[in-house]
Amino acid sequence: MSTPIIQIHEVSKSYGEARPALTGLSLDVRAGEALAVLGRSGSGKSTLLNLMAGLDKPSGGTVRIAGMRIDQLGETALAKYRRDRIGMVFQFFNLLDDMSVHDNVVLPAQLAGMPAVKASARAAELLEQLGMGQHANAFPGHLSGGQRQRVAVARALMNRPPLLLADEPTGALDSSSAADVRDLLAQLNANGQTLVLVTHDTELAASCATRTVELLDGRIARDVQAVTR
Amino acid sequence: MSALTKVIRSGVGRRRLQSLVMAMTTMMAVTASLLAAGLLTASQAPFDHAFASQRGAHLTARFDGTMVTGGQLSATAHLSGVTAAAGPYPALVLRPRFGANKSQLPVGYQTPPAVFVGRAGPGGPVDDLIITSGTWANGPGQVVVNEQMAIAGLGDQLTLPDAPGSPVLTVVGLARSVGRSADAWVSPAQLPALAKAGTVPDQQMLYRFASAATDQQLAADRDEVASSMPSGSLTSADSYLTIKLAADKSSATYVPFLVSFGILGLCMSVLIIGVVVSGAVSSASRRIGILKAVGFTPEQVVRAYLGLALAPSTVGTVLGLLLGNLAAIPILNRADEAQVVGSTTIAPWLDVVVALVALTAVAGAALPPALRAGRLRTTQALTVGRTPSGGRGRRARQVLGRLPLSRPAILGLAGPFAKPGRSAAMVAAVVLGATGVTFGAGLAVSLSAVQDGLHRKSPGAVQVNPVPPPDTSMPGMTHKPDIANVPAIEALITAQPGTRRMFSFGQTSVSVVGRAGETSVLAYRGDYSWGAYQMVSGRWFRGPGEAVVPSGFLTATRTHLGDTLTLANDNHRTQVRIVGEAFSTQESGMVIMTDESSLNGLSAKPLPESIEIDIDLNPGTNRQAYLDSLTQTLAPYGVPAVPGSTGLSGVVVSMDALALMLTLMVVAVAGLGVLNTVLLDTRERVHDLGVFRALGMSPRQTVTMVLWSVSGLGLVAGLIGVPIGIALHDYVLPAMGTAAGTRIPHADLAVYQPAVLVPLLLGGLAIAIAGAVLPAGWAARTSTAGALRTE
Repeated sequence: MSTPIIQIHEVSKSYGEARPALTGLSLDVRAGEALAVLGRSGSGKSTLLNLMAGLDKPSGGTVRIAGMRIDQLGETALAKYRRDRIGMVFQFFNLLDDMSVHDNVVLPAQLAGMPAVKASARAAELLEQLGMGQHANAFPGHLSGGQRQRVAVARALMNRPPLLLADEPTGALDSSSAADVRDLLAQLNANGQTLVLVTHDTELAASCATRTVELLDGRIARDVQAVTR
Repeated sequence: MSALTKVIRSGVGRRRLQSLVMAMTTMMAVTASLLAAGLLTASQAPFDHAFASQRGAHLTARFDGTMVTGGQLSATAHLSGVTAAAGPYPALVLRPRFGANKSQLPVGYQTPPAVFVGRAGPGGPVDDLIITSGTWANGPGQVVVNEQMAIAGLGDQLTLPDAPGSPVLTVVGLARSVGRSADAWVSPAQLPALAKAGTVPDQQMLYRFASAATDQQLAADRDEVASSMPSGSLTSADSYLTIKLAADKSSATYVPFLVSFGILGLCMSVLIIGVVVSGAVSSASRRIGILKAVGFTPEQVVRAYLGLALAPSTVGTVLGLLLGNLAAIPILNRADEAQVVGSTTIAPWLDVVVALVALTAVAGAALPPALRAGRLRTTQALTVGRTPSGGRGRRARQVLGRLPLSRPAILGLAGPFAKPGRSAAMVAAVVLGATGVTFGAGLAVSLSAVQDGLHRKSPGAVQVNPVPPPDTSMPGMTHKPDIANVPAIEALITAQPGTRRMFSFGQTSVSVVGRAGETSVLAYRGDYSWGAYQMVSGRWFRGPGEAVVPSGFLTATRTHLGDTLTLANDNHRTQVRIVGEAFSTQESGMVIMTDESSLNGLSAKPLPESIEIDIDLNPGTNRQAYLDSLTQTLAPYGVPAVPGSTGLSGVVVSMDALALMLTLMVVAVAGLGVLNTVLLDTRERVHDLGVFRALGMSPRQTVTMVLWSVSGLGLVAGLIGVPIGIALHDYVLPAMGTAAGTRIPHADLAVYQPAVLVPLLLGGLAIAIAGAVLPAGWAARTSTAGALRTE
């Protein structure tokens, strides 16, 4: 069996004197898995995702992604980690509204120093794959929610990251667009992309996830492998 | 505490950094404004200010001590028209010699005649002296010298060989008298002891009159005083108007410079306050939206906006007033040393005016966005903070995207196009800063060149006055002062090891046909080719029949280069042709320089005591050793060798220091303006920063992006500000020259050579980057998760 791509060991996270967001949480995720993290508001889902993305540091425990202890990395190394190893999709898309679709998608590659022609070709390929090729020169403000999330996914995949993290990817979408995004993510995972989804959307979990983890008060309350998707 | 006060207080507290920057910017702006306004006010009629504050004497009168009594003199204080009087003070005209000193003055050398006055203290109803260093002379052996006359420095010794017992006086203080009532002061008990045996000191009286604005009025006042005293007892009466004329001319030279910096500082202050406040108010839109949602009325919203701006600005204003008054002390003191201001403190009314103007500017800048926010519908106001403002800057980004630069650099470069108004204000601030730096740097270089040019009147590294005053005596002196000694002295100088070449010149006066009165002539002899003045136009004279004159002469006589002057003396006439316009302010420009032979036949010989020999040394010669050796060689003739005036003039040093301080102030305010603008941008775009960071932008790339966002503007501002600074310099310097009665040589104005220009052109960039470094660091350290949560 392959080494887990995500190895979280006894992680806890506290913000000041408030109740800890995570308490002694351990979790392994293997390459090719699609993990859905479920839980109520305040259960620690987003904190867990932030720790995996290197956006936040644990108060205790270790976070190892693709063999790398990211909880010990400095800001510059974390930036490189985010650039090379992960892609992120957000509930509210976090597209830069004053940039075209193409410019949004190509941005991570440019930050990584990829040659412009190569980056442009990769962006065009991704947008085509995700059905957004004809909107390359449009601005995010002119797109529907589903289309924006497709652009966000394209941007997340730009640098071919081994891990895609999604925070409530359907949370801001109407049902039609949400279904569209669910299909897209399922297809990505079917093609071998490792996914971690933080969501309230049980339908998303059911349709995309190969494994579901439910958090309660910062701990794993349930960890279920899907038999079929 | 009212809800509104709470909202303002919490708003200021929540935006501590921005409030701090706003307070600091207001503080710097108020400081700069106060200094600028203080300098402008103080530079208006500085002599009059100083004369009024020190109760200067309209008339400095000296009476024959053998003909008058103290009672008679005291009674003159009650004459009609006399509003105040001081004295009688015993007074003597003495010729001290330099004793041990630290001022490199030749020991034993006799100074020109100096007026010594016995005064118990510096104060009094008239001529309130300012002690600029040291203390007052209270005991025997102590003397205070007039700083303006500069006959000796603090701690130096003066000997009085003519006084009984040849006393030695130590300089214990330097003082300034606005009416220049004396060259030195001793205690009243000491002065009679300095008089030669059998002589009685004169008595000095200082008067202020009700009517003393014109020469005629002062003449009438003097006659009134003289007629009340025994006939012939009034031996001298010096009018303050003579000193005022010279002082006004000196200060007028610097007014254009001070006005330029003052206006720069004031423009900058108003601009920065406007940028800071409107930016701060705009960035609080969402908060105001929330306030409206919970029930604040539009009027309360407007007041909250104004309060958010005025609270930190008021703190900044108070601090600025304190700092401005403190900073004014050294700046005005320096200006005062240069005699271009009449006061060394800021007038209290200026504090009030500057504070009111600053707070009015803050309120004025805050009012439009405050009113706009008051009119906003609640949902609209709530959305303001969340939605990026339109799509401005997209086209610029597309165009800039073609540049071969990294993505963070392009993102940064395109940033300012999203907020064109704010960017324009930042450019304006940096333009003013670059203008100030360019102007200040050019001024410093030009003043240095001007000083070098003016030094050309005595170009020798070593100088000798071969004919000292008749009663000169020095240790080892065997020859009496005589013009007949000059050839022998010149021969000794020629033979002195280290002498490369020399020439001499002396002053005489002749009539210029077509012009009333006598005109000074400097008659040159020897190899004077290397002694040329700096030329405004034309060339230095090469032989008899040619002459060079300063700009002032050409203006006053309406003559031009190539014109011929007819010189006359004792019914003899000769002609000289003007071949050059020299850079000189001596004798108010009314002087002619020519070969001594040009005056042949006029019976006009240089005055012996005015003859100066200028000596150029061989390269590598130790000047001090040469001076010591030559002084020893010439000791039999009683003429010391003295160093040429190569040092910096106090006036130029003071003005350079003043220009430096004012430039730094202008640059600091410009930098703060940039800092605040970038801070506002960074705060407003914090969510975008979070997205960039989440996509893998490193801290270094973040810093790069922020610095590039100001680089383009800084560069553009430099390109705009430098020509403006050069234009200002090219306007102000000639204006200063005109005030001094001369044209400035082109070489002194053409100071913006590539070696100076290139750094200046990058000055705007440097100011912008310096202002953006702090916010760039802050942006790089921002928590990504926190930034992503920011709406």
